[in-house]
Amino acid sequence: MDVHYVAPKTLDEAVRAFAAAAGTGRILAGGTDLLVQMRNGVVSPGTIVDIKKIGELTTIEETKEGGFRIGAAVSGAVLREHPKIRKVWPGVVEATNLIGSTQVQGRATPGGNLCNGSPAGDSVPAMVAAGAIVTIQGPNGRRELPVEKVPKGPGRLNLEPGEIVVSFTLPSRPKGSSDAYLRMIPRTEMDIAVVGCGVSLTIDNGTCTAARVGLGAVAPTVLLVEEAARALIGSKLDDAALAKAAAACSAACCPIDDKRGTIAYRTKVAGVLLKRTALIAAERAGGK
Amino acid sequence: MAKLHVSTTINGEPQEFLCDADQSMLDVLRGPLGLTGAKEGCGTGDCGACTITLNGRIVCSCLMLAAEAEGQKIGTIEGMAGEDLHPLQQKFLESAALQCGICTPGVLMAARALLEKNPDPTEHEVRFWLAGNLCRCTGYDKIIRAVMETAAEMRAAR
Repeated sequence: MDVHYVAPKTLDEAVRAFAAAAGTGRILAGGTDLLVQMRNGVVSPGTIVDIKKIGELTTIEETKEGGFRIGAAVSGAVLREHPKIRKVWPGVVEATNLIGSTQVQGRATPGGNLCNGSPAGDSVPAMVAAGAIVTIQGPNGRRELPVEKVPKGPGRLNLEPGEIVVSFTLPSRPKGSSDAYLRMIPRTEMDIAVVGCGVSLTIDNGTCTAARVGLGAVAPTVLLVEEAARALIGSKLDDAALAKAAAACSAACCPIDDKRGTIAYRTKVAGVLLKRTALIAAERAGGK
Repeated sequence: MAKLHVSTTINGEPQEFLCDADQSMLDVLRGPLGLTGAKEGCGTGDCGACTITLNGRIVCSCLMLAAEAEGQKIGTIEGMAGEDLHPLQQKFLESAALQCGICTPGVLMAARALLEKNPDPTEHEVRFWLAGNLCRCTGYDKIIRAVMETAAEMRAAR
C-alpha cells in the first residue's frame, strides 16, 4: 500500500490531513511507539501526519493563571530541561523521563504516551494526579477533556475521527504543593511499569488539604482513584490515613495476570506505591 | 509511488536524498547514503546501535523516519573524528573498551553527547545515560571506565 507522509505547519492543515485519511491516518509525534508498530506490522498507515512542525504542539508556555501548557509533541528531554516545570511539577517530569533511554527521551512525548493508549504509560498517572486538562482539536473544532477521560481501553481513546491531542494544561497551585511518581519494575531502568502511581497534593500546616491519585498498569486504563485522595485529604498523612488510601488503591485495581506481574502482586504493590509516593510528594511540598 | 525528496545537513554538509514515506533514517543512512557506521541491532529503539544526533540530541535512527530529516541537522559517527580521532574514540581503542564493535558507534555518539552536556559525570550518571546502548560483549565496565577516564582527561586539557 502507498504510504504518504505529511508535515503540516498548522494545526488546521494537520486536522484536515488526518481526517481525510479516515481510518488509515496515524499521528507521528516522537515515533517511538509508531515506528515500532509499523515495523512489527501492527499498524500500516496510509498517511503519516507529522505534527512536530506545528508551534503550538512543540512548545511549553506558562498560562496567565500561573499554570503550564505543554504541547503534546514536546519531548521528554525538552520537558526535563524546562527551568520551571521540574520545580512545580517534579512528578510529571520524573514520570515522563522514565520512558525509555536517553535516545528515546529525545523523541518520546507525553501526547504520544497518552495516545498510545497503554494502561502502563508512565506519564499518564502523573498527568492524572496533576489534574491535567487535555486540549483536543478536530474537524468540529476544539474541546477539552480531563486527561483521565481520554483513554477508553488498551489502545483505544475517547477521540473522534480526525481529532488530535494538542496540549496538556497543568493548573496553577497553592504554596505547599508538589507531586511524585513511582513505578514498580523488576530492574532499575528501561522497562514497562508493573504498577505506576502518581500523587499530587497540597500540605497546609502539616495537613493535607488537596490530593489526587493516578494509578497505572492495574486496569484497562489509567485510573483516577478518588477514594484514595479522600483518605489523604484532611489527614496529616499518618499511618492510618496512608493505610486507608493504600487499601483504596488496591480496591480500585482490576489488573491482568501477565509475565510482568500477577493480579495479586499488582493489587498489593498498588497500595505500597501509594504510601511511598504520597510521602515523597509531601516531603517535596515541604510538609512532612 | 513517488519518492520524497529530502534536503538535510549531515555532519555539517548539505545533503539531499530520495526516500519512501515509511523508510527509516537508519535505512537511508546505511543504504543510499553509504554511511554504515550506525548499526541496526534491534530496529525497535532498545539497543542504541543506530544512535545519531538530530539537532544535537541523540536519537535512535531506527525510530526516525528519513522524511523527518527535512531541514534538520543530522550527526553520525562518521563525523566524530576530525584530523585526529575524538578523545573518546582514542580511549576506546587504547583501553579495548569494545570487542565485536557493533555497539561502539552508538556508544561513542551517546557518550560524546553526555560529555558535551556534563563534562564531569559520576559513574552512576554515565551508566544511566548509556542505559539505552546495549553491549553483549564487554559487560560494560570497560566502556564506563573509558568514558570516565576520557572525561577526566578532557577536563584536565582545558
